[in-house]
Amino acid sequence: MTEAMILFLLVLMILGSIIALESKDLLSSVIAVGAVGFMLSVIFLILCAPDIAIVQVVIEILTLIILIRVTISRDIHIVTDTRDFLPFALNIVLLFVFFMIAAEAIRNMPAFGTGVSKVAFPYLSRGLSDTGSANIVTSVILDYRAYDTLGEATVLFTALIGAITILRREAKNER
Amino acid sequence: MNDEKKISGGMSEVVKTVCNILEGFIFVFGCYIVLYGQLSPGGGFAGGVILAAVFILIMLAFGKERILKIMPRKRGAFIEALGALAFLAVAWAGLYVSGIFFKNFIPTTAASHFNLMSGGTILICNIAIALKVMAGLFLVFFVLSITRVVLEGDKLKMVKKQ
Repeated sequence: MTEAMILFLLVLMILGSIIALESKDLLSSVIAVGAVGFMLSVIFLILCAPDIAIVQVVIEILTLIILIRVTISRDIHIVTDTRDFLPFALNIVLLFVFFMIAAEAIRNMPAFGTGVSKVAFPYLSRGLSDTGSANIVTSVILDYRAYDTLGEATVLFTALIGAITILRREAKNER
Repeated sequence: MNDEKKISGGMSEVVKTVCNILEGFIFVFGCYIVLYGQLSPGGGFAGGVILAAVFILIMLAFGKERILKIMPRKRGAFIEALGALAFLAVAWAGLYVSGIFFKNFIPTTAASHFNLMSGGTILICNIAIALKVMAGLFLVFFVLSITRVVLEGDKLKMVKKQ
């Protein structure tokens, strides 16, 4: 049942992505991308991962607002470019190669829901007594793997520095 | 009335009223997600995004002037840097106290489990990340929406949006 629901949502996500790619109107394209994101958050909820589902929903809302506010208020509304034949054919060939490799890899994957990562079991059994955090996800990202979180914070910091530097109000030669 | 609307900017009166009612509740909900990150789903990142959404809501509903009073660009940059430095300070404090980078140096007892103050440094880290994400995402939205790219001659130029 769970797998059937996830498969259904995945097919819808693929359809939404195709609509987002093929739509000529930029606004409907952005909305289709948003629909794909919300379906992904529903998949996370079905897979019992509420932490990442919350993050997915709020980030999806925020990026949707940013995309609509920033891209739509620009003057580009309708995309009229047609695709060149050669890049399109190359894409199809690369997609086919990727699909063959992915099919081979998926055949060798463990069954749905069985973990192969040995480190997960100590986290689950000792997480509360080690860190005192009842939410195991938080105990992993801010205690066992806090170093990764520091890296992510650095990525966000660097992105913000880039955005502010490029989009600052005063041009450089006016000073 | 019409002139007043032009000066104040933002959206219609209905949107402003609803926003006035809702902004406090959304802010409290974001704080709840941040503070209870070690007990229930959520945490610094998700809560920080919700807090940033409050500021974006105010900016979209009331226009630029009001948000510049609450959170000027300088203050946003300061809060962003403060969050990043606080997170790093927790890591360095772990190194200083017990010799391990990011060591959870505040002891936890079985009695404190499932309480708000459980988890040692996790609560401090959550608050630091929430401050950082809140100010960071709001500033990204702010700088993206006040500038626009225009074609001047054959050069792209960044100008302030009217």
